[in-house]
Amino acid sequence: MNIHEFLASPPEASKRTGPHDRIVLSSRVRLARNLRGMSFPGWAKKPERIKALETVRPAVESLEQMSEAFSESMDNLTALDKQILVERHLISREHAAKNAGSGLVLNREESLCVMINEEDHLRMQSLRPGLQIKEAWQAIDQIDSLVEKKLDYAFSPTLGYLTACPTNLGTGIRVSAMLHLPALVISEQINQIIQAVNKLGLAVRGLYGEGTEALGNVFQVSNQMTLGELETDIVERLNKVLAQLIEHEENGRASLLENKPKVVFNQIGRAYGILANAHSISSKETMNLLSLFRLGIDLGLFPGTARSLVDELFLITQPAHLQRNYSEKLSADERDLLRSDMLRERLRSVSRPHTVPATPTSSKLDKPTE
Amino acid sequence: MLCDICKQNVATVHLTQMVEGKTKKVDLCEACSKEKGVDDPTGFSLADLLLGLGAAQEVEQSLPSGEAKCSRCGFTHSDFKKTGRLGCAECYTTFAEGLEGLLKNMHKGTKHLGKAPAAFRQTLDLSDKLQSLQVRLDKAVSDEQFESAAQIRDEINSVKNQITELASG
Repeated sequence: MNIHEFLASPPEASKRTGPHDRIVLSSRVRLARNLRGMSFPGWAKKPERIKALETVRPAVESLEQMSEAFSESMDNLTALDKQILVERHLISREHAAKNAGSGLVLNREESLCVMINEEDHLRMQSLRPGLQIKEAWQAIDQIDSLVEKKLDYAFSPTLGYLTACPTNLGTGIRVSAMLHLPALVISEQINQIIQAVNKLGLAVRGLYGEGTEALGNVFQVSNQMTLGELETDIVERLNKVLAQLIEHEENGRASLLENKPKVVFNQIGRAYGILANAHSISSKETMNLLSLFRLGIDLGLFPGTARSLVDELFLITQPAHLQRNYSEKLSADERDLLRSDMLRERLRSVSRPHTVPATPTSSKLDKPTE
Repeated sequence: MLCDICKQNVATVHLTQMVEGKTKKVDLCEACSKEKGVDDPTGFSLADLLLGLGAAQEVEQSLPSGEAKCSRCGFTHSDFKKTGRLGCAECYTTFAEGLEGLLKNMHKGTKHLGKAPAAFRQTLDLSDKLQSLQVRLDKAVSDEQFESAAQIRDEINSVKNQITELASG
């Protein structure tokens, strides 16, 4: 089975829901692990990398959770396949650049994904829609406990799990969530918030771009420190910060509607206008405008339109997802034309924004539960 | 202005980012920016790049000038300077001295708290048990309780066997 047949279709993938998914797009916990007595992938020569892959891959494949998994060596995936996996956030860009000697094992539900010989011998990830970092940690902790029975991990009683980069040393854990924060960007609070979050030892990255003004107003928040702290404490700390970020974003939305409704309606209306009528549009502009469309749906300006439509468009308008519908290689200009055709078609059934929200309850606050 | 990474070519890519309230700048040449993925705006994180760069520089300063080399994998500290990554698990012992200060700045502590492989935890538990048995044995011998000393010695042997079994996997 190839990866295109294996992965959930974009409409299916966009219908996955989780707690607070109005703001938290997804949660992820990844653990870095290495084998004792073997060089890290970045330093190992090819035969040693292949040996590590041949040791790790069967161990991961034999897990019950991986019974119907997609398992492949990276050299058997095309550049397009790899790019699709990146756009689905299943593998890193670094991993997409790998070939022979690296591999991927992805479970049927696409909730567990193990990269073999990325920067470390194992990068095991647990992925969940919405805010579910505790659940993601529990799932990956369980997988790790099963894998450690089959593989001899490089572990030191003082330094913990030994990783290629000292920034991952100790627990090897990276807990992260992707957040959609349009109100904090529009109200220009985002930089201040990023600084405050940084002070807590957490990193904020724009998911689709460098700098702080992320494409599509999507931000990734994650822990930076991995040594000298319990996994559960790291998860707990991030959970608290995420709950606060959700609250700030919700307050930001409420206060924008109250104090600057014209600014918000103007931006959302223009976004809708361009998305529904353009005849050429770049991937970057699409993401930024879809973010405003998503905000419009959250604020009740598009009654009857499901949020999953935006999430699907977010996915299928990205370069590799667009390309895979065509056999010939598209240029960026051609993609811009086809992207706009697709957007006009999909937005035909969506009526213009109701500038007075249809029901006041649709903008009710999505208060975090803790 | 020269590239921050290779220090040879003229820097043509200039990046600025706020990291923990401080403005950080990186100047790169085209080749290094490509290598670090900076030319691909969707895959780049300046924080990672900076952290990697800073880490390597710090280790370079803290290591003695003699070229230390990992006896298992042949990795040297100038390799670390180049990549910001280590060669193998053994490198953490080889470069322990230089890494200590780096880890202190980078992390909450320098001692691992958290999960350990179960086999490792068992070995730790068994060696604790072994120690306390040894104390009991010494006491039994000095008290001339030879019958119980023999019993304790048997227990010690069985724990030692368990440890050997665990070690051989």
